[in-house]
Amino acid sequence: MIPTAFSFLYFKRRVINGFCLLLSALAILIGLAWLIWILSSLLRHGLPGFSWHLFTQMTQAPGTEGGLLNAIVGSLMMVLVAVIIGTPVGLLIGTYLAEFGKNGRLANTVHFVNDVFISAPSILLGLFIYQLVVVTTGHFSGWAGSFALALMVVPIVTRTTEDMFLLVPIHMREAAIALAAPRWKVIVSVVLRISRTGVLTGILLATARVMGETAPLLFTALNNQFFSVNMNQPMANLPMVIFQYAMSPYDDWHKLAWAGALLITVFVLLLNITVRLLSKQKLPII
Amino acid sequence: MLDSKRLTLYRYQDSTLRIISTALAASLLILAFAILVQLHHASLESLKAFQWRFLSSAAWDPVAGNFGALVPILGTLSTALIALLIALPLSLGIAVFLTELAPAWLKQPLRILIELLAGIPSIIYGMWGLFVFAPLFADYVQPWLIEHLGSQPWIGPLFQGAPLGIGILTASIVLSIMIIPFIASVMRDVFGVVPNLLKESAYALGATRWEVIWHVMLPYSRVGVIGGVILGLGRALGETMAVAFVIGNAHQLSSSLLMPGSSIASTLANEFTEATSSLYNAALSELGLILFGITIIVLTVSKLMMKKWQGSR
Repeated sequence: MIPTAFSFLYFKRRVINGFCLLLSALAILIGLAWLIWILSSLLRHGLPGFSWHLFTQMTQAPGTEGGLLNAIVGSLMMVLVAVIIGTPVGLLIGTYLAEFGKNGRLANTVHFVNDVFISAPSILLGLFIYQLVVVTTGHFSGWAGSFALALMVVPIVTRTTEDMFLLVPIHMREAAIALAAPRWKVIVSVVLRISRTGVLTGILLATARVMGETAPLLFTALNNQFFSVNMNQPMANLPMVIFQYAMSPYDDWHKLAWAGALLITVFVLLLNITVRLLSKQKLPII
Repeated sequence: MLDSKRLTLYRYQDSTLRIISTALAASLLILAFAILVQLHHASLESLKAFQWRFLSSAAWDPVAGNFGALVPILGTLSTALIALLIALPLSLGIAVFLTELAPAWLKQPLRILIELLAGIPSIIYGMWGLFVFAPLFADYVQPWLIEHLGSQPWIGPLFQGAPLGIGILTASIVLSIMIIPFIASVMRDVFGVVPNLLKESAYALGATRWEVIWHVMLPYSRVGVIGGVILGLGRALGETMAVAFVIGNAHQLSSSLLMPGSSIASTLANEFTEATSSLYNAALSELGLILFGITIIVLTVSKLMMKKWQGSR
């Protein structure tokens, strides 16, 4: 029997349907509301702290006007070093997974462990580097911070490199091999060239991710009140300054912390948006 | 033309690349193992001193040198589970909206906006939670919870105490926002590959859209959905900075979700650099070891489920 609009059962099913779909729309509105709420509070609290001092002066004792120059420079240096160390390693592991290992036992295990690494608590990496570098050398240092961050860069670059390499059609490789190109040349001039945008995307995503990471730096780079480009010393960095200043009782430090938070969020989100808009492939969230 | 000399050179270069990349790949496994060994080594003193008691003791007294992991373990598990409870329906709704309801032109922007939630650094969530969310939560929501739920039987003890703003529940809510994009993304992926044939068959039988989602898509992608949910749990368990800001960092056992507590990661973040004795240090390392164990197990289960789901297709 074809149900009519007056059938009670049919009516009930339609009401349930409408109600649940409405809830689904509500869910995405709630998700967006959180995003807007967080971003607007950042703007509201962070913008008043924005001035040239932020980029020209060091962190100061409470009561005197200061900036975040040392923290910005420290963060940029440590992230740069981490990306420089982590990228080639990640590229090579990704190359192994996509080109050499295929579905072998080692490749499958590495792929699996790498996936776990992406989601593993970053504070444990900090703990590991602390024991390995800080305890051995006897002091906190920018290098230790960079190493901890590099350990986060590697799995992200590995994952995207593997994904992007696997998207390259097999006949491209075969064509190059048929021309007697050696394997490394096939990888560098064919596979990597075709997928370079995707690979670059992965590197940028990794940069965005480690830029705001605080936990791995807690026991490695620590912090530094003064301007220092010496990677052998404890190094100022934005996330740690934000953490310390936000937890402090001083109003002007809070103001700086909010300004730093806004700065770092704008940087990270802009990087994320650009990468995701430009990328045709679906990117993993990391 | 290729002469034999160049051919030998190419072979040499090829095998070098193969060996280096294989060695690096293998070193990733060694790294995972090294972290475990290192953590175990660092916590030896505490392992010896407290043995299994460490897991069941709620003591945390750096002065007397008496440590137990019960409070941080419970704090970690309860914040992560409550976060999951909150995030699950929201993520499901978001995934359903993105795959089934949103018009095509709106899908990508909405997806990117939700993914941005995962891009915001953890410390920003912490600051926002402490300075913006917690005060409002204490003023408007917690008094209501205490008044209306605190006197109920069964669940009452969960909602008693003073409206402090910070505490287990606040940490859970902030965590839930952070894991929504991960769960929603996995759900969206697995919903996206449900065969149209199945959905259309259900529609042809007169099913409503929701019935198709609930009775066709969800059962079909069950394993993948569960994998995504567990992935969110794994993320929530190890989250550090956001929790360190809002959980209150108190080492006391309390039945109330409104009271301050601590998680393993937040304890490490707050106390590791201040640990004065070697036993204190070792106890913190043992906490790290426990966190390593819990998260690795949870994440492994999650990945296995997603793998199973991919294999079943």
